[in-house]
Amino acid sequence: MAEAPKAKPAAGRAGTKKELPDHFKAYKHVWVAIECEHGAVHPVSFELLCEGRKLADKRGVELAGVVMGGSEDAIAEAVAQTFEYGADVVYTVVDPVLTHYRNEPYTKAMTDLVNTYQPEILLLGATNLGRDLAGSVATTLLTGLTADCTELAIDDEGSLAATRPTFGGSLLCTIFTLNYRPQMATVRPRVMSMPERQEGKRGKVISHPLGMGEDDVVTKVLQFVADRETDKAQLPYADIVVAGGLGLRSAENFQLVKNLAAVLGAEYGGSRPLVQKGWISADRQIGQTGKTIRPKLYIAAGISGAIQHRVGVEGADLIVAINTDANAPIMDFANLAIIADAVQVLPALTEAFRKHLSVNRMAG
Amino acid sequence: MHIVVCVKQVPDSAQIRVHPVTNTIMRQGVPTIINPYDLFALEEALRLRDKFGGEVTVLTMGPPMAEDSLRKAMTFGADRAVLLTDRFFAGSDTLATSFALAEALKKIGTDFGEPSIVFTGKQTIDGDTAQVGPGIAKRLKLNQLTYVAKISDLDPDRETITVERRAEGGIQVLETRLPVLVTMLEGSNEIRRGSLEDALRAAKADVVKWSAADAGIEDLTKCGLRGSPTIVKKIFSPDPRSEKAHPIDTTDLSMDDIAQALMDELFQRQPELEGEFLRFAATQFGQEVGHG
Amino acid sequence: MSDEHFDAIVVGAGPSGNAAAYTMAKEGLKVLQLERGEYPGSKNVQGAILYASALEQIIPDFREDAPLERHVIEQRMWTMDDASHVGMHYRSNDFNEEKPNRYTIIRAQFDKWFSRKVRDAGATLLCETTVTELLRDSSGKVIGVRTDRNAGKVFADVVILAEGVNGLVGQRSGLRSEVAPDTVALAVKEMHFLPREVIESRFNLKGDEGVVIEAMGTITKGMTGTGFLYTNEESISVGIGCIVSDFAENETTPYGLLEAFKNHPSIKPLLAGSECKEYASHLIPEGGYNAIPRLVGDGWIVVGDAGQFVNAVHREGSNLAMTTGRIAGETVVWLNRRRDEMTKANLTEYTRRLEQTFVMKDMKKYRKIPDFLHGNKHVFTLYPKLFTNAAQSWFRVDGVDKRSKEKQIMSSFRKSRSILGLLGDAFKLARAWR
Ligand SMILES: Cc1cc2nc3c(=O)[nH]c(=O)nc-3n(C[C@H](O)[C@H](O)[C@H](O)COP(=O)(O)OP(=O)(O)OC[C@H]3O[C@@H](n4cnc5c(N)ncnc54)[C@H](O)[C@@H]3O)c2cc1C
Ligand SMILES: Cc1cc2nc3c(=O)[nH]c(=O)nc-3n(C[C@H](O)[C@H](O)[C@H](O)COP(=O)(O)OP(=O)(O)OC[C@H]3O[C@@H](n4cnc5c(N)ncnc54)[C@H](O)[C@@H]3O)c2cc1C
Ligand SMILES: Nc1ncnc2c1ncn2[C@@H]1O[C@H](COP(=O)(O)O)[C@@H](O)[C@H]1O
Repeated sequence: MAEAPKAKPAAGRAGTKKELPDHFKAYKHVWVAIECEHGAVHPVSFELLCEGRKLADKRGVELAGVVMGGSEDAIAEAVAQTFEYGADVVYTVVDPVLTHYRNEPYTKAMTDLVNTYQPEILLLGATNLGRDLAGSVATTLLTGLTADCTELAIDDEGSLAATRPTFGGSLLCTIFTLNYRPQMATVRPRVMSMPERQEGKRGKVISHPLGMGEDDVVTKVLQFVADRETDKAQLPYADIVVAGGLGLRSAENFQLVKNLAAVLGAEYGGSRPLVQKGWISADRQIGQTGKTIRPKLYIAAGISGAIQHRVGVEGADLIVAINTDANAPIMDFANLAIIADAVQVLPALTEAFRKHLSVNRMAG
Repeated sequence: MHIVVCVKQVPDSAQIRVHPVTNTIMRQGVPTIINPYDLFALEEALRLRDKFGGEVTVLTMGPPMAEDSLRKAMTFGADRAVLLTDRFFAGSDTLATSFALAEALKKIGTDFGEPSIVFTGKQTIDGDTAQVGPGIAKRLKLNQLTYVAKISDLDPDRETITVERRAEGGIQVLETRLPVLVTMLEGSNEIRRGSLEDALRAAKADVVKWSAADAGIEDLTKCGLRGSPTIVKKIFSPDPRSEKAHPIDTTDLSMDDIAQALMDELFQRQPELEGEFLRFAATQFGQEVGHG
Repeated sequence: MSDEHFDAIVVGAGPSGNAAAYTMAKEGLKVLQLERGEYPGSKNVQGAILYASALEQIIPDFREDAPLERHVIEQRMWTMDDASHVGMHYRSNDFNEEKPNRYTIIRAQFDKWFSRKVRDAGATLLCETTVTELLRDSSGKVIGVRTDRNAGKVFADVVILAEGVNGLVGQRSGLRSEVAPDTVALAVKEMHFLPREVIESRFNLKGDEGVVIEAMGTITKGMTGTGFLYTNEESISVGIGCIVSDFAENETTPYGLLEAFKNHPSIKPLLAGSECKEYASHLIPEGGYNAIPRLVGDGWIVVGDAGQFVNAVHREGSNLAMTTGRIAGETVVWLNRRRDEMTKANLTEYTRRLEQTFVMKDMKKYRKIPDFLHGNKHVFTLYPKLFTNAAQSWFRVDGVDKRSKEKQIMSSFRKSRSILGLLGDAFKLARAWR
């Protein structure tokens, strides 16, 4: 039901007119939640700083980062980076309770900050952490939240226009929160570009207490099992991705995809049916219900390019389709195509790259 | 133990079309399905019921035809279905949806027993926001466990639950107290095929239907369009890429030549790829190539 | 296993199964309907023609809420060669009557609507439940079915097989033989979406008026078959079908044929700018009267496509399906009221009643057509070319006098096929038609 009227341009909606209540008029500045669980800042936070900078400049306001963590030491690097990637101000909440991400204390920290310092725009990464936190914060503040955005802009009246895919990416919609503050949005990783780093840039740090003790938190972290870098697919951040689909016909043939990926130093992945068939693990699924990737080069072998797959790969700089069917939907968004049997093309391609390498090695 | 699973009826996104002229959604003939993520939640709920006893109630807010999805959920083995349907709910965004569902959950608690666990899917495939679950949790002050890959332990007596939650860069093992709201991660299980008995029961069952008033919702300004702070101003199709893929000529060429042609084309279009590739290769295959 | 006992089990929720289940449920019988698809019509996504009268006899006021696309006001019959067509168009404002006779429909929606009616009448429908075989007692009488669900047996007095053309349950249970490849056509269809305004201007329609094009000729590359195009409200159904055994001999793919048909210069402009979203293929029983299997036995009845009830010449199928389903339902109700056993002898009442309807009369009338068409490839190869060439030569104004043109045309007919052959074909066709 929620989607029904969204299908039409929202006509006659009471809230379409901008009537910002007085108590919201003081809300100012653009905030970005900096995600730095376990030390390192999630790249999406930098992408958001880049986007937030543009919004803040358009509004003529400041850009602030929000850094939360367990100790000053743990967040020092994140704070520095937040400035270097563009923030004018950084709000910090530091408390041992915040060592691991948990919904309760993080929601409290963020809502207290918002209520105290009153930003007009609050951006978070559409990661598991960001989406867990954003939903709770928005519900607590009773404000609007546009999830999983792919484009942000300021409209002529100064409101945040947040554009996001809907219906599995077949459509896009632009959403506003006119009469409530802050205007909240989560943004998909790898959609916005990275800002230039301004080495050594610093600014004002404002710290705020958490006001909650460990005893107040019901949920306990018993353990954190970090993914081992080696066996974990790093698809979203890979520069080259090689993927296979049902056109490969068998699990054995999928090895050809892995072989090419190995030579190229690429990550490998596949379409959803391969996960369902058990040829690849679920974390290697690319698409709407899998990973969104933005590599420089994406090679799709035996993948038809269904809309759910398409939305996950469209951000790639260069897409190569290897498919026997010249009319497969993937041809509508690939840049280059080989109309031939992937089972024959893949080994030949692997060999071509290998050769290229040895020739250049010899020459060098 | 009473478990409630929130399920949503969604259009099968694979079959959504956009009117080429008016740019609106053409729903004609688009089949609806249970949001695929919600099935992981439902199966988890059914497993817990089978193990600990009790009942599973499925809840949806949607148009009258959403009854089909509830019935379908019952063919998998759910014991009871509640449909929250009212024109006042039309146009709900996530905030208004979580309000209505939270109110219905209170009423379910009163009428059929307080739930120990409320499940939702990770997200829907039409709204795609993953916000409704957390919204419900906040409103009902339930402990919130999102992106749960596995329920590793549940102790109804101590009222504790331990789960593995997918976090960025790893798995968090979390313990908290019931009642909780859990959003289930995809791939955590596979929905069962109900027996003939379940299917027959589902076909005949009475679905509980509540209007806003039935669910005890007094403040209608929190529902539907009026209760939704977000406003959808524009819906449009993504720009189609103007040209089709450029096919590499394959006529009368050997596979090796075709591969060579593609590689050349790639390096020509993305020159920096070649440099990066060689640098990568130098670190990885130095030995091997040296021998070759 | 379910302890529940039903008066009747209906296998399949297509037009025939729905008609049977509706008829019985409406009269208060306890009916269980089993459908393997996700929902009724899920295996039948495409557009089709609905003949009103058969449905009217089951649900007289169906026009009030059935999902009808357009009522047909114009029929085009085309004979095509590779670049042209000669055709007959019949368009009449009489078809804009209060209760039109033919509609285009989209099966997925129509079947869903019909199924809703069936359930409202009181039948129990289980989807995603495939019947795997019939259950019999020691005397061989059918007493229920086994499904693919856990503990999946269920029992009833009578089982109505409305399972469609493949008839797998009947076959597996030894009631009938396998469908022969030369008695079924394989049809492929696509749905092309276009704004309704475009459809209306392109086909010269207003409101809910619709057009049907039926075509034969070289488009089937010498195989027995036809192509078609129907206008729906906001889409066009286009398809082509040929006898299965012909495909095997010709090594052509149905999809290739459809591509060629869509690209034919007479068809292409009608589809220009559309977006194809659905593709499906389905079998049509075209063996006619001679291919009808046994229709009743102890505890079972066959209806619809499963009984080969299709009139290939007039492209009628769903109306025969609904009529056979209705009559089977009425027969069961009648026996049930009389507390008669569902034995073969008693159920034969169904075939007796069928004989009185258009169904059996038409099936008999056209019984020789399948053989004629199959044995006479000229209909699909030579004649279309002759007709189109003749038309072209007749209509081209090029300084050749009309008498010479007539001669030219006649001699081209003669050269291609002897007068005797031509006459023979015409005669055979007439006889088959009779
Ligand atoms: C709710 C929902 C969510 C979904 N989420 C995702 C998702 O996240 N990711 C995803 O990928 N899918 C997803 N899907 C599934 C999606 O709709 C498609 O079904 C799927 O992407 C198709 O996978 P495929 O391209 O491998 O297979 P197919 O569509 O079967 O395509 C196979 C292709 O291989 C080609 N081919 C055949 N033989 C050869 C050969 N020898 N050499 C080269 N090519 C050959 C064929 O021409 C064809 O184009 C989702 C579906 C739904 C309903
Ligand atoms: C391309 C094409 C175009 C046509 N156009 C027209 C037209 O314009 N007008 C017209 O009148 N007719 C047309 N027909 C014919 C018409 O579609 C059929 O005659 C009609 O659908 C037959 O109805 P039915 O109920 O017997 O079978 P079906 O419609 O085939 O229904 C059988 C049902 O049984 C289910 N089923 C099968 N086996 C099992 C099992 N073991 N367990 C449970 N369920 C099972 C199937 O899923 C299906 O839903 C066309 C046919 C085709 C293929
Ligand atoms: N209208 C609804 N009725 C019932 N459950 C819903 C509804 N909308 C969302 N949900 C639940 O909330 C989850 C997240 O939805 P969303 O925030 O839309 O991505 C879904 O997986 C469902 O379990």
